[in-house]
Amino acid sequence: MLAESTTIDARRHGELLAPAIERVLRDADVTLRDLTAIVAGTGPGPYTGLRVGLMTATALAATAAIPAFGVCTLDALAYATKTPGPFLVATDARRKEVFWARYGDRETRLDGPRVDRPHDLPADLPVVGAGGLLYADVIGPGRVEGPEHPSAAALAALAAGRLATLTDEEAAAIARVPEGRVDSVEKARELGVLGPPRPIYLRRPDAQVPGAPKRVTA
Amino acid sequence: MSGADEPIVLGIETSCDETGVGIVRGHTLLADTIASSMEEHARFGGVVPEVASRAHLEAMTPTVESALAKAGLRFSDIDAVAVTAGPGLAGALLVGVAAAKAYAMGLGVPLYGVNHLAAHVAVDQLEHGPLPKPAIALLVSGGHSSLLLVPDVAREVVSLGSTVDDAAGEAFDKVARVLGLPFPGGPYIDRAAREGSGTAVAFPRGKYDDGTLDFSFSGLKTAVARWVEARTAAGESVPVHDVAASFQEAVVDVLTRKALQACARHGVEDLLIGGGVAANSRLRALAQERCDAAGVRLRVPRPGLCTDNGAMVAALGSELVAAGTAPSTLEIPADSSLPITTVHV
Ligand SMILES: [Zn+2]
Repeated sequence: MLAESTTIDARRHGELLAPAIERVLRDADVTLRDLTAIVAGTGPGPYTGLRVGLMTATALAATAAIPAFGVCTLDALAYATKTPGPFLVATDARRKEVFWARYGDRETRLDGPRVDRPHDLPADLPVVGAGGLLYADVIGPGRVEGPEHPSAAALAALAAGRLATLTDEEAAAIARVPEGRVDSVEKARELGVLGPPRPIYLRRPDAQVPGAPKRVTA
Repeated sequence: MSGADEPIVLGIETSCDETGVGIVRGHTLLADTIASSMEEHARFGGVVPEVASRAHLEAMTPTVESALAKAGLRFSDIDAVAVTAGPGLAGALLVGVAAAKAYAMGLGVPLYGVNHLAAHVAVDQLEHGPLPKPAIALLVSGGHSSLLLVPDVAREVVSLGSTVDDAAGEAFDKVARVLGLPFPGGPYIDRAAREGSGTAVAFPRGKYDDGTLDFSFSGLKTAVARWVEARTAAGESVPVHDVAASFQEAVVDVLTRKALQACARHGVEDLLIGGGVAANSRLRALAQERCDAAGVRLRVPRPGLCTDNGAMVAALGSELVAAGTAPSTLEIPADSSLPITTVHV
C-alpha cells in the first residue's frame, strides 16, 4: 500500500473525493500515468455517493486510457476482516434495513448482496460491518465483528490481488485500451475477476405512475 | 484571441434529464452531443430525479466519447472543462460535477463550475456572435422562467423577475395532461394550437398589470383545468385545439409583454430568449412582432441550442477563459439552488 485517504462524511463525497485523489497521488509520489487500473466500490450503499465514486473513477480512467473496475463494497469489508469464515457482511441500508452478503472466507462471496430487515439475517454467523453494530440488539452483540466501514485501501488491495491472478495474456487483453474506451471492463468481467464500474441498485427508484389528472373543481 | 489559437473547452450539463456534452473553440461550436432519459420519465408525467441520476452515470462516458469523435479531437486537445454546478436536480448535478472534476484533474486542465441559466444566455453567441452589452434575457423552460439583465455574461447577471409559482414549461406539461396530450407537453400544445384560435377562450393572465417583472402560471393552469372540467361535466366535447391555442396565447402574451417592459425600463435594445419553451413557435412569432414594434433586436438560438445541452456550458466556459477568470477548485459543490447572480463558482 502506497497511500490512502479516508474521510467519513456521507453528504460531501462530491466535494471531498477529487481533492483526496490528488492528495493520495501526491503522497504516493505517482501520477495518473503510473496507474494500471482504477477501482471503485459499487455498493450496495447510498446511491449518490456511489455515483460520485464510480463517475470519478470512470472519467479519470478514460483520460489516462486505463481500465476502471467496480468491486462490491461488501467484498472490501470481507477482505479487510480478521474474522475467519464463514461470516456475513452487513452495512446500513437505512429504512431499518441492511445490505448484506454471506462469505465462505474473506475472498469468497457465497450469497448476496441483498437488502433485508436485520432480524431476517441468517442466524449464528458473525456479522462484519456497520450493519451488525447498528443492529447489535437484534442480531446479538456477540456476533458483531470489524471493520465497521469499507476502506479504499482494501478495495485496491482486493482488486490488485484479483488482477494478479490473470495470465500475462489476459492481463494484456485488459490493459490494451484505446483512448477513452473502457471495453476492458467487459473483458475483465468475462474472465470473472472484476466487475464493471456500475452501482449495484437493490432498490427501484421511488416513483409512481400517475393516474388521471386530479380534479380542481369539487 | 481568434481562430485556432482559442482554447478548446469541453462542457458538461446534467442539471435535469439531459446528459449534454459540448465542445467549443471560442465562439465556434465543434460538437454538441446529447443523451436524454426523457423516454424513461414520460410514463411518470415528469422527470424523476433518481431515474435521471442513474441515466447520467450510464450516459456520460459514451456521450463524451461521441462528442470528441464528432469534433475530431482527442482528450489531450481539451484546454479546459466547464460544468453546470447549479441550479438543477441535486443528484443529477452531482454526476456531471464529479465527471468534470475527474476529466479536469486527469487532463491537468482548469475546471469552471458555471451557472446553468447564464449558460442558456451564453450559448446564443455560438450562433449569433458576441452578445451586446447589456442585453435582456428571457429564459423559459420546464425548470425556469426568468427575466435577466445581462451586463456581461462572464461577469454579471442581474435577476429582474422570475416565476412566483410554476415555471412556464411546467404549465405546458400540466395543461397537456388535462387535454390528454403526452409529456413533455410543450411541442404537443404548440402543434395542437396551430389548428385552434388563441382568442377562443379568455384565460386569465397572472400578474399582467402588477408592475413587476415576475410571472405566475399557476392560476392560468387551474383556470384551464376548471374550464375543461366544466365542459366535460356539461356533457360537451372539449375543443382541444382552441383550448391549447388560448392557453398558449395567455402564456406567450405575458412572457413577451414583460420581456419588452424589461427592455424599456432598462433602456436595452437587445432581447434574447432561451430555454426549452423558446422553441415554441407562437412565442417566437409574437416576440418578433413586439420587438419589431418596439425597435428591439431579438435573438433566439435554434431549438437544439435552446433546450439544455453541453454546448451552452462550454460556451460560458469559453467566455470565462477569455475573460481571464480564475478557475474553480476541485472542492466546488453541486448547488441545486445556485442563485443567478453567481455566474461561476
Ligand atoms: Zn435549462
